[in-house]
Amino acid sequence: MTKIEKIIEDAGAFDCVECGKCTSLCPVAKINPNFAPRLIVVKAQAGMESEVKADKDIWSCVTCEICNDMCPYEVDFSGFIQRMRGEAVDMGNSPVCSEAGAVHTMQRLTGKGQKQNRLLWLTDDLKVKDNGDVFFFTGCAYQLGVLFKDKAEELKRVPASVVKILNAAGIEPVVSNNEVCCGHDLIWSGNEAVFEELMRKNVETIKATGAKTVVFSCAEGYRTFSIDYQDFLGDLDFEVKHISEYLLDLIKEGKLEFKDSNAKVTYHDSCRLGRHMGVYEQPREILKAMKVELVEMPSIKDKAICCGVNAFASCSEVSRKMQLDRLLEAKGTGTSAMLTFCPKCLIHYNCLLTMEKKPLELDKVEINVRDFSNFIAENLKGGK
Amino acid sequence: MTEWDPKIVAFCCNWCSYAGADLAGVSRMQYPPNARVIRIMCTGRLEPEFILRALELGADGVLVAGCHIGCCHYISGNERAEVKIAMTAELLDVLGMDKRRLRLEWISASEGRIFADTMKDFVNQLKELGPNPVKGGAK
Repeated sequence: MTKIEKIIEDAGAFDCVECGKCTSLCPVAKINPNFAPRLIVVKAQAGMESEVKADKDIWSCVTCEICNDMCPYEVDFSGFIQRMRGEAVDMGNSPVCSEAGAVHTMQRLTGKGQKQNRLLWLTDDLKVKDNGDVFFFTGCAYQLGVLFKDKAEELKRVPASVVKILNAAGIEPVVSNNEVCCGHDLIWSGNEAVFEELMRKNVETIKATGAKTVVFSCAEGYRTFSIDYQDFLGDLDFEVKHISEYLLDLIKEGKLEFKDSNAKVTYHDSCRLGRHMGVYEQPREILKAMKVELVEMPSIKDKAICCGVNAFASCSEVSRKMQLDRLLEAKGTGTSAMLTFCPKCLIHYNCLLTMEKKPLELDKVEINVRDFSNFIAENLKGGK
Repeated sequence: MTEWDPKIVAFCCNWCSYAGADLAGVSRMQYPPNARVIRIMCTGRLEPEFILRALELGADGVLVAGCHIGCCHYISGNERAEVKIAMTAELLDVLGMDKRRLRLEWISASEGRIFADTMKDFVNQLKELGPNPVKGGAK
């Protein structure tokens, strides 16, 4: 069996009955008629491997997993794309990365063994420990906040916000300067070798602290640990939890209190948290507990529109159109903020919003795309 | 084994600093040969990725040199560069690399002397800082 056949089999793509449901629902195919998830699978099955590898379509997929969700035969299309990208890169079919690839280089640079200053955001009023039960994986929110200063500087505050929330609930999380990038963007852009290196470093770092639970604010880190790390390493020694799940338990125990708020917001289900991990209700219940009014957009939960870019490898006019569609939906809710847990969604939407020549439809749109953790921290009782 | 000598990648703009480096050469000014000069049309063309990539590939320092503010051939390219370099320096700090490994200088076409002095100074500084902590090359 060739490697490609193995990938097809692992993804269950031999079960494909060519019904075309995936293509009819694919947000990329809607805008770019030349793109069809079904055809990529059919071509690979027919043994036209070289075509799949030379085809730029493999990078056009936004891996939002609408197709996986809707497939009657449960073909793991995004898993197929993820591993085919690795093969494609080996054949010289590389993606055209946004920012000339600076995000990926930054992420690779975290794992080169130098002593990082990863905890620059840590101020004296935040209580953290070196060893303990709860590990907070900060992810690259701070770094992205630096790199995208003009679009998403708020990301720099995310790690501090999470620690603040946990402190308010009486929890001192473990944070580590030895943590490295989770490798999400690297594995989705076909760089499995460095991904594995980073993965092993992270798992070692977490093991060394003796943590039993690892908490994520970032939707991508949460997905990567829950799915990709376990694909490579089998079961992990610790439990992986998203902050929304974790906080909801604390709220139910009555450990967190919020200010009275008359805010009206809308919530964007990022693909990593929603369709990939099935976390739909928890963020909404947190908003309910905060007594914040949530106005839903027309397409939510498993039908949510994607932010249009995957692993900084597929930004195109298709992405712009998808972002525009989403922002117009958000505008329609009449709220002032669209909350999301995914730092990448936040960057990509703000990228369109802060463009010098933005689409005319966005002219009078005054919606802020905000990070959910920051929003919670701002609304804590006793907080600023 | 030969003694370690810093390697510098120098991005020089076509209109000022590249000519400045040229002037230093034709005027036979002595300066350390540690830099590999890459000509770019304008410092505004410089992506943060170029700097990160140079450091990832094992450069010990990166010099970015362009026209003085107000003298950019493309009106404001160097102003954009200034913003980007400040941001990249902040990122280097988080990544655990000394920000002093990245240097931005304004060197005009007539300032061959300043180019030579900058090189001497930068090499001395890098010798103090020691080798780039990120070694092992790109993958």
